Amino acid sequence: MMRLTGALLAVLLTAPMASADPVDDTLILNGETEMVTRTAAPDHVSDAMDEVLSGWHFRGTETRAMQEDDFDNPGMIFVEKAEDTWNAVEGSEDKSCASCHGASDQMAGVRPTYPKWNEEAGEVRTLEMQVNDCRKNRMGAEEWKYTGADMVNMTALLASVSRGLPMDVAIDGPAQSTWEQGKELYYTRFGQLELSCANCHEDNYGNMIRADHLSQGQINGFPVYRLKNTKLNAAHDRFKGCIRDTRAETFKPGSEEFIALELYVASRGNGLSVEGPAVRN
Amino acid sequence: MASGVKPRVKVPKTAAAGEAITIKTLISHRMESGQRKDDEGNIIPRSIINRFTCEFNGENVVDVVLEPAISTNPYLEFEALVPETGEFKFTWYDDDGSVYEETKEITVG
Repeated sequence: MMRLTGALLAVLLTAPMASADPVDDTLILNGETEMVTRTAAPDHVSDAMDEVLSGWHFRGTETRAMQEDDFDNPGMIFVEKAEDTWNAVEGSEDKSCASCHGASDQMAGVRPTYPKWNEEAGEVRTLEMQVNDCRKNRMGAEEWKYTGADMVNMTALLASVSRGLPMDVAIDGPAQSTWEQGKELYYTRFGQLELSCANCHEDNYGNMIRADHLSQGQINGFPVYRLKNTKLNAAHDRFKGCIRDTRAETFKPGSEEFIALELYVASRGNGLSVEGPAVRN
Repeated sequence: MASGVKPRVKVPKTAAAGEAITIKTLISHRMESGQRKDDEGNIIPRSIINRFTCEFNGENVVDVVLEPAISTNPYLEFEALVPETGEFKFTWYDDDGSVYEETKEITVG
């Protein structure tokens, strides 16, 4: 009887995996911009995998199609909201984002380099930290909650103007120690299930985790519009969700640990096009 | 007026006479179903878009009744035959009495 159960289990475990490969497809945005959704792995992850793949390849036909056209992509509603915020004067200095930076599309090329080392502050900064630094010190406005709606919409606007540009975070120089810390976290098993990021997203991408198709966990598409909660989701919220799913106490969004992890995970996707706001499950 | 409501429409600028064109519409709206409760246990009042219409040069193209089960930011896509140059008029009716309108010109040549 035991042997029979074992045999059945083996069949059950192997059967669905055969059809779970990432989808071979090309993402062309608005019928114009061809996006890089698969490319050779950057040097620092080439010992783990040959090719890096955007999460787009792991989603269903309809979900992939939604991202292909800005009108169909619900994430763009939030980008439009952020565009209004971009031009709205706020705070004691009577400034908007546009007062210093000009039109939002002037920020093309910013998203792909974050998180990055800030020399003045002597720390690695995420885009969210930089936005709040601007709000506090240049605008004299109140800082936004790290993963609040205002913040995530704004980072989506900043991502959207960089779409098609390759992710390119620096991992050497002063950012290196943070990157090493992020790498350490990526391979650390957390929670009662004792799972590290790598257990799912490196060892098992392409396989099914119950009904879900495991991706490589790339963050080039963040913030992502998720069909399950009909809003944009920040990368740190996704990290939190993943660690929670291992049944662990999680780190906080905006914490030192997640900043390091974001830098490391972003570096694993160096070369993939910025897709934010992408559409995911 | 409910906050954050913004209609948007995608219509081709030109078409061949008698051609069926695809029209995409979306209105950002919370579509509060009236079934949910807030933290204190009080029912959150229903607030949805309850009707959508599209007209071409005054002639009705579609007239849709929307129900509370329709999710946030309702998206409607349909095809229309365009016999001549003219104007599409789109109208959304909110539970609170607000009416949102959008128009798009199309040239047949």
